[in-house]
Amino acid sequence: MATLRTYEVMFIIDTDVPEDESARLSENLAQVVTDQGGTITKNENLGRHKLAYPIGRKNDGLYMLFEIDGSGREIAELERRMRVNDQVIRYITVRVDEDRRRAEKFKAKRARKASKRPLSGSAAARKDGAQSATDE
Amino acid sequence: MSGHYEDRERGYDRDDDVSDRGERGRGGSGGRGGGGRRMHRRKICRFCIEKVDLIDFKDVKLLQNYIPERGKILPRRISGSCATHQRMLSEAIKRARNIALLPYATD
Repeated sequence: MATLRTYEVMFIIDTDVPEDESARLSENLAQVVTDQGGTITKNENLGRHKLAYPIGRKNDGLYMLFEIDGSGREIAELERRMRVNDQVIRYITVRVDEDRRRAEKFKAKRARKASKRPLSGSAAARKDGAQSATDE
Repeated sequence: MSGHYEDRERGYDRDDDVSDRGERGRGGSGGRGGGGRRMHRRKICRFCIEKVDLIDFKDVKLLQNYIPERGKILPRRISGSCATHQRMLSEAIKRARNIALLPYATD
Protein backbone atom coordinates (compact mmCIF):
# COMPACT_ATOMS: atom_id res chain seq x y z
CA MET A 1 0.00 0.00 0.00
CA ALA A 2 2.24 2.68 -1.17
CA THR A 3 -0.66 4.84 -2.13
CA LEU A 4 -0.62 8.42 -1.07
CA ARG A 5 -3.23 9.36 1.43
CA THR A 6 -4.65 12.74 2.18
CA TYR A 7 -5.44 13.83 5.67
CA GLU A 8 -6.99 16.86 7.20
CA VAL A 9 -5.68 17.66 10.63
CA MET A 10 -7.44 20.30 12.63
CA PHE A 11 -6.12 21.37 15.98
CA ILE A 12 -6.81 24.00 18.57
CA ILE A 13 -4.06 26.02 20.21
CA ASP A 14 -4.53 27.58 23.60
CA THR A 15 -5.14 31.31 23.30
CA ASP A 16 -3.08 32.03 26.41
CA VAL A 17 -0.05 31.24 24.30
CA PRO A 18 1.38 34.42 22.77
CA GLU A 19 0.90 34.83 19.06
CA ASP A 20 4.49 34.42 17.96
CA GLU A 21 4.80 31.28 20.00
CA SER A 22 1.69 29.71 18.52
CA ALA A 23 3.02 30.51 15.07
CA ARG A 24 6.26 28.82 16.03
CA LEU A 25 4.36 25.83 17.36
CA SER A 26 2.46 25.32 14.13
CA GLU A 27 5.70 25.72 12.20
CA ASN A 28 7.30 23.06 14.34
CA LEU A 29 4.42 20.70 13.76
CA ALA A 30 4.62 21.30 10.02
CA GLN A 31 8.33 20.54 10.26
CA VAL A 32 7.56 17.24 11.97
CA VAL A 33 5.37 16.24 9.06
CA THR A 34 7.91 17.10 6.39
CA ASP A 35 10.66 15.36 8.35
CA GLN A 36 8.62 12.17 8.30
CA GLY A 37 8.18 12.38 4.55
CA GLY A 38 4.77 13.99 4.31
CA THR A 39 3.94 17.12 2.40
CA ILE A 40 1.74 19.89 3.66
CA THR A 41 -0.57 21.03 0.92
CA LYS A 42 -2.53 23.46 3.01
CA ASN A 43 -1.62 25.27 6.17
CA GLU A 44 -4.39 27.54 7.31
CA ASN A 45 -4.98 29.63 10.34
CA LEU A 46 -8.72 29.65 10.82
CA GLY A 47 -8.51 32.26 13.53
CA ARG A 48 -9.64 32.53 17.06
CA HIS A 49 -13.01 31.01 17.80
CA LYS A 50 -15.17 30.45 20.79
CA LEU A 51 -15.32 26.77 21.72
CA ALA A 52 -18.76 25.21 21.62
CA TYR A 53 -18.09 23.86 25.10
CA PRO A 54 -15.29 24.53 27.57
CA ILE A 55 -12.26 22.27 27.33
CA GLY A 56 -10.13 22.29 30.44
CA ARG A 57 -11.53 25.64 31.61
CA LYS A 58 -10.76 27.23 28.27
CA ASN A 59 -13.51 28.98 26.40
CA ASP A 60 -11.80 29.87 23.19
CA GLY A 61 -9.04 28.63 21.01
CA LEU A 62 -7.03 29.26 17.90
CA TYR A 63 -8.07 26.89 15.15
CA MET A 64 -5.46 25.63 12.74
CA LEU A 65 -5.89 23.36 9.76
CA PHE A 66 -3.31 21.25 7.94
CA GLU A 67 -3.86 19.25 4.86
CA ILE A 68 -1.27 16.55 4.53
CA ASP A 69 -0.32 14.13 1.78
CA GLY A 70 1.58 11.15 3.02
CA SER A 71 1.71 7.53 3.99
CA GLY A 72 0.18 7.82 7.44
CA ARG A 73 3.40 7.50 9.42
CA GLU A 74 3.79 11.25 9.75
CA ILE A 75 0.29 11.44 11.15
CA ALA A 76 1.24 9.10 13.96
CA GLU A 77 4.22 11.25 14.85
CA LEU A 78 2.27 14.47 14.54
CA GLU A 79 -0.49 13.18 16.78
CA ARG A 80 2.05 12.03 19.34
CA ARG A 81 3.59 15.48 19.43
CA MET A 82 0.24 17.16 19.79
CA ARG A 83 -0.78 14.81 22.55
CA VAL A 84 2.34 15.62 24.51
CA ASN A 85 2.10 19.37 24.05
CA ASP A 86 -0.31 21.10 26.42
CA GLN A 87 -0.59 24.13 24.18
CA VAL A 88 -2.61 22.01 21.78
CA ILE A 89 -5.93 21.55 23.51
CA ARG A 90 -7.64 19.34 20.94
CA TYR A 91 -6.89 17.81 17.57
CA ILE A 92 -8.72 15.72 15.03
CA THR A 93 -7.42 13.88 12.00
CA VAL A 94 -9.68 12.93 9.16
CA ARG A 95 -8.66 10.88 6.18
CA VAL A 96 -10.26 12.58 3.22
CA ASP A 97 -8.84 11.00 0.07
CA GLU A 98 -11.30 8.10 -0.05
CA ASP A 99 -14.35 10.26 0.46
CA ARG A 100 -13.17 12.76 -2.09
CA ARG A 101 -12.53 10.05 -4.62
CA ARG A 102 -16.01 8.72 -4.03
CA ALA A 103 -17.46 12.19 -4.49
CA GLU A 104 -15.55 12.54 -7.74
CA LYS A 105 -16.96 9.26 -8.93
CA PHE A 106 -20.49 10.39 -8.28
CA LYS A 107 -19.87 13.63 -10.05
CA ALA A 108 -18.45 11.86 -13.07
CA LYS A 109 -21.31 9.45 -13.10
CA ARG A 110 -23.81 12.26 -12.96
CA ALA A 111 -22.09 14.06 -15.77
CA ARG A 112 -22.21 10.91 -17.89
CA LYS A 113 -25.87 10.40 -17.15
CA ALA A 114 -26.69 13.98 -17.92
CA SER A 115 -24.94 13.86 -21.25
CA LYS A 116 -26.71 10.67 -22.21
CA ARG A 117 -30.22 11.70 -21.23
CA PRO A 118 -30.47 15.40 -20.61
CA LEU A 119 -34.01 15.23 -19.23
CA SER A 120 -33.59 12.73 -16.40
CA GLY A 121 -31.88 14.76 -13.73
CA SER A 122 -33.82 13.43 -10.77
CA ALA A 123 -33.57 9.83 -11.93
CA ALA A 124 -29.81 10.18 -12.10
CA ALA A 125 -29.70 11.49 -8.57
CA ARG A 126 -31.71 8.55 -7.32
CA LYS A 127 -29.45 6.10 -9.10
CA ASP A 128 -26.47 7.71 -7.42
CA GLY A 129 -27.99 7.14 -4.00
CA ALA A 130 -28.59 3.48 -4.77
CA GLN A 131 -25.06 3.12 -6.05
CA SER A 132 -23.57 4.46 -2.85
CA ALA A 133 -25.60 2.04 -0.76
CA THR A 134 -24.17 -0.94 -2.61
CA ASP A 135 -20.71 0.56 -2.51
CA GLU A 136 -20.41 0.32 1.24
CA MET B 1 -37.02 24.01 4.69
CA SER B 2 -36.77 25.67 8.08
CA GLY B 3 -40.32 26.96 7.87
CA HIS B 4 -41.91 23.60 7.52
CA TYR B 5 -39.60 22.12 10.09
CA GLU B 6 -40.74 24.60 12.72
CA ASP B 7 -44.25 23.23 12.95
CA ARG B 8 -42.95 19.73 13.46
CA GLU B 9 -40.78 20.76 16.35
CA ARG B 10 -43.19 19.81 19.09
CA GLY B 11 -43.90 16.45 17.59
CA TYR B 12 -40.19 15.78 17.36
CA ASP B 13 -39.51 16.56 21.00
CA ARG B 14 -42.30 14.35 22.15
CA ASP B 15 -41.53 11.11 20.43
CA ASP B 16 -37.91 11.76 20.12
CA ASP B 17 -36.48 8.82 21.97
CA VAL B 18 -37.71 5.49 20.83
CA SER B 19 -39.70 4.36 17.82
CA ASP B 20 -41.70 6.75 15.75
CA ARG B 21 -44.70 4.44 15.89
CA GLY B 22 -44.97 4.50 12.15
CA GLU B 23 -47.12 7.55 12.46
CA ARG B 24 -46.09 9.04 9.23
CA GLY B 25 -45.96 5.72 7.50
CA ARG B 26 -42.63 5.97 5.74
CA GLY B 27 -43.10 2.62 4.13
CA GLY B 28 -46.67 3.54 3.24
CA SER B 29 -48.00 0.31 4.72
CA GLY B 30 -51.65 0.92 4.00
CA GLY B 31 -53.75 3.70 5.50
CA ARG B 32 -54.23 2.37 8.99
CA GLY B 33 -53.21 5.67 10.66
CA GLY B 34 -55.05 6.19 13.95
CA GLY B 35 -55.58 9.94 14.23
CA GLY B 36 -55.50 10.43 10.52
CA ARG B 37 -55.32 14.18 10.83
CA ARG B 38 -51.56 14.24 10.25
CA MET B 39 -51.06 14.62 6.56
CA HIS B 40 -48.31 12.60 5.06
CA ARG B 41 -46.13 14.96 3.20
CA ARG B 42 -43.57 13.54 0.88
CA LYS B 43 -40.16 14.68 2.06
CA ILE B 44 -37.17 15.00 -0.11
CA CYS B 45 -33.50 14.97 0.61
CA ARG B 46 -32.15 18.47 0.36
CA PHE B 47 -28.63 17.17 -0.29
CA CYS B 48 -29.77 15.00 -3.16
CA ILE B 49 -31.43 17.95 -4.81
CA GLU B 50 -28.39 20.11 -4.41
CA LYS B 51 -26.22 17.19 -5.48
CA VAL B 52 -23.97 17.29 -2.46
CA ASP B 53 -21.39 14.52 -2.55
CA LEU B 54 -19.45 15.44 0.53
CA ILE B 55 -20.46 16.99 3.82
CA ASP B 56 -17.58 18.69 5.52
CA PHE B 57 -17.30 18.83 9.30
CA LYS B 58 -15.84 22.32 9.07
CA ASP B 59 -18.99 23.69 7.49
CA VAL B 60 -20.57 24.78 10.76
CA LYS B 61 -23.18 26.98 9.08
CA LEU B 62 -24.61 24.02 7.24
CA LEU B 63 -24.45 21.61 10.17
CA GLN B 64 -26.14 24.09 12.46
CA ASN B 65 -29.35 23.63 10.49
CA TYR B 66 -29.40 20.02 11.58
CA ILE B 67 -28.99 20.47 15.29
CA PRO B 68 -32.10 21.88 16.94
CA GLU B 69 -31.78 23.81 20.17
CA ARG B 70 -30.84 20.85 22.35
CA GLY B 71 -27.89 20.10 20.15
CA LYS B 72 -29.14 16.70 19.06
CA ILE B 73 -28.88 15.49 15.52
CA LEU B 74 -32.09 16.07 13.63
CA PRO B 75 -33.56 12.69 12.71
CA ARG B 76 -34.22 11.72 9.14
CA ARG B 77 -37.92 11.49 9.70
CA ILE B 78 -38.01 15.22 10.31
CA SER B 79 -35.45 16.47 7.84
CA GLY B 80 -36.28 13.94 5.14
CA SER B 81 -32.66 13.34 4.20
CA CYS B 82 -31.84 10.09 2.50
CA ALA B 83 -29.84 7.41 4.29
CA THR B 84 -26.59 8.20 2.53
CA HIS B 85 -26.71 11.86 3.28
CA GLN B 86 -27.96 11.41 6.80
CA ARG B 87 -24.96 9.18 7.44
CA MET B 88 -22.57 11.78 6.06
CA LEU B 89 -24.31 14.44 8.06
CA SER B 90 -24.20 12.60 11.36
CA GLU B 91 -20.55 11.73 10.79
CA ALA B 92 -19.75 15.37 10.12
CA ILE B 93 -21.68 16.57 13.15
CA LYS B 94 -19.88 14.11 15.39
CA ARG B 95 -16.52 15.24 14.10
CA ALA B 96 -17.44 18.86 14.59
CA ARG B 97 -18.48 18.10 18.15
CA ASN B 98 -15.18 16.49 18.89
CA ILE B 99 -13.25 19.58 17.85
CA ALA B 100 -15.63 21.88 19.72
CA LEU B 101 -17.18 23.47 16.67
CA LEU B 102 -20.56 22.20 17.75
CA PRO B 103 -21.87 21.44 21.24
CA TYR B 104 -22.59 17.96 22.49
CA ALA B 105 -25.55 19.24 24.44
CA THR B 106 -27.09 22.58 25.20
CA ASP B 107 -29.96 23.81 27.25
